[in-house]
Amino acid sequence: MNVLKKIVIYALLLSGSAVFLLPLIWMISTGLKPIDQTMSMPPTWIPYRLFIEEDGERIEVRAEESIETASFIIREGEDRRIVPASSLKDGQMMLRNVEGNETAVDIEIVQEIPASPDAPWAQIRPVSDEDAEWTVVPQSVVIRTIAPRWSNFTRAIAAMKFFWLYLKNTLLLCFLTVIGTVSSSAMAAYGFSRIQWRGRNQVFVLALATMMIPFPVTMVPMYCLYRWLGWIGTLRPLWVGTFFAGAFNVFLLRQFFMSIPKDLSDAARIDGCSEFRIFLQIIIPLCRPALMVVGLFQFMGTWNDFLGPLIYLTDQKDFTLALGLQFFQSQHGGTEWHYLMAASTLVALPIIILFFFTQKSFIEGISMTGLKG
Amino acid sequence: MTRGERNTLFLGLAFVSPWIIGFLLLTLFPVCASIYYSFCDYDVLSKPVWVGALNYSDMLTDGVFWKSLTNTLYFAAISLPLGMLFSLLVAVLLNQQVVCRSGFRAIFFLPSLIPVVAGAMIWLWILNGNFGLLNYALSFLGIDNPPQWLADPAWTKPALILMSVWGVGNTIVIYLAALQDVPRSLYESADIDGGGFWVKFRHITVPMISPVIYFNLIMGIIGSLQVFAQPFIMLGGGGPDRSALFYAVYLYQNAFEYRQMGYACAMAWVLFLIILLLTWVATRSTRSLIYYAGE
Repeated sequence: MNVLKKIVIYALLLSGSAVFLLPLIWMISTGLKPIDQTMSMPPTWIPYRLFIEEDGERIEVRAEESIETASFIIREGEDRRIVPASSLKDGQMMLRNVEGNETAVDIEIVQEIPASPDAPWAQIRPVSDEDAEWTVVPQSVVIRTIAPRWSNFTRAIAAMKFFWLYLKNTLLLCFLTVIGTVSSSAMAAYGFSRIQWRGRNQVFVLALATMMIPFPVTMVPMYCLYRWLGWIGTLRPLWVGTFFAGAFNVFLLRQFFMSIPKDLSDAARIDGCSEFRIFLQIIIPLCRPALMVVGLFQFMGTWNDFLGPLIYLTDQKDFTLALGLQFFQSQHGGTEWHYLMAASTLVALPIIILFFFTQKSFIEGISMTGLKG
Repeated sequence: MTRGERNTLFLGLAFVSPWIIGFLLLTLFPVCASIYYSFCDYDVLSKPVWVGALNYSDMLTDGVFWKSLTNTLYFAAISLPLGMLFSLLVAVLLNQQVVCRSGFRAIFFLPSLIPVVAGAMIWLWILNGNFGLLNYALSFLGIDNPPQWLADPAWTKPALILMSVWGVGNTIVIYLAALQDVPRSLYESADIDGGGFWVKFRHITVPMISPVIYFNLIMGIIGSLQVFAQPFIMLGGGGPDRSALFYAVYLYQNAFEYRQMGYACAMAWVLFLIILLLTWVATRSTRSLIYYAGE
């Protein structure tokens, strides 16, 4: 019974996590393929390259079609194509017109391809020369090697045009918003937890109440305010606000600050320490994990933010990575999936890497929001 | 007020001042302005013109508004319970004696961290009717003419709901943390009484984590009614037949595409009221079911 239960648990967890990972693997895999392999059915998981060996030299080829039924390569004037054997009769091609009458057309047979369902034929064309004629060879002579196309990344970066500017803007915003959020929330949280001033609790309830207001309510007036300041089309609307302590972070840090014994501050006060020094030199170092969580969340929030940049940024050179990626998709989307996925990987990968280095803080932070909220 | 009291008051206010300035400039002012604009005709370029409750009464007869509202409620009504049940199931599984628990947890959590734009791109590709991974997977189940997902008005919302379940990592982590806080002794005494898995789940696990379930429910209501980025990126102006035109998307369009700022503000306030109403209903109907260990 216990073994059965274990098997069920692991089966569910393994299949569940496989389904959760697949989209990410699919993104990376597609980002490393040439375009023809993005559109194959069944899908290609591992990007590959094809070669044939000719006089001891490897020539890269592209496979266009595999042929399993008996066919002929025929030449009709300039035109060379593959037709099924059933459409030929006595060396002539039978064409059926609208009324159903058959007429025989003279054609030249170039090569016969016998039916071979077990070892199909491949129609190939050298990659190096677009005008070269295709040939049909047994599929067994085509050599297949695993070959991720790293050049997709450089090409996607080039196709996005301002990728490095997007990255610079995003990092700049991340830096400013993390500084803004951590410093202002820590100060406000200190004022709400370590100093006993009159009316503090009432004001704190007011702070909590502001969390109820959904973003769309303030969206339009904020836009008007920034427009009045002449800040539309600059990065300023995206970071200045973070220097004014959002209620959620204040709440989170306050929980932490309150858990530090009061005696610690009192002892420092008796020694003549100013309140600001207590804040900076005693409380902040003790609460580094909590500050790290707040900073991390802000970093993620800024990196991922889409609506803010969408509303406030007008010049492509000011775009962030998230907005730049969406802009790229709206320009090139629909066909060049390999570039789009390569670009998406570039936007997502830093976050994935960051997560692996700071997993503990992340998990603790998320758990904290749920359990103390 | 003594001198000492006045000093601490100034000191406290000094520390809290970033929040106070933020409250006045980034909350109080916009909230008041938003109320005012919602009664105005306002296109940003010229001064707002008072029109009374016209924006609100227009909403009643605006078919697109109702479409966006029903689309959003449809999405929330399915994606929220589905996501909550799924994440609770995964969390319960992870809370068993399993090796690599943190590895599994990381895998389930990871998708929720992926930037929303990148996630939307991935799903655009997965949901592609011809070369998408999803339809390929469906072909194994013997489904020969699978839906065209984002191109078919009947399937856009199910597609987005499916995608939303991929991003529930947050909720899983919160549930797992709550489950790990449930005292082992409760389960041990249930074992002595011979309670099975279901009995323990129903009578120990669920009551003990009920505050967290409630928290996730409220956050879920607030979040799913405001869903914006995914539908906006993946389906632009609302998709075929406006089948994925969600409330927040239509609000954005009114504000920044049609320049009807007054109407957008009125819509925002209606959204606020809907959120308040649903939160109140959720709170009322679960009040007697939530167990607070501290009380």
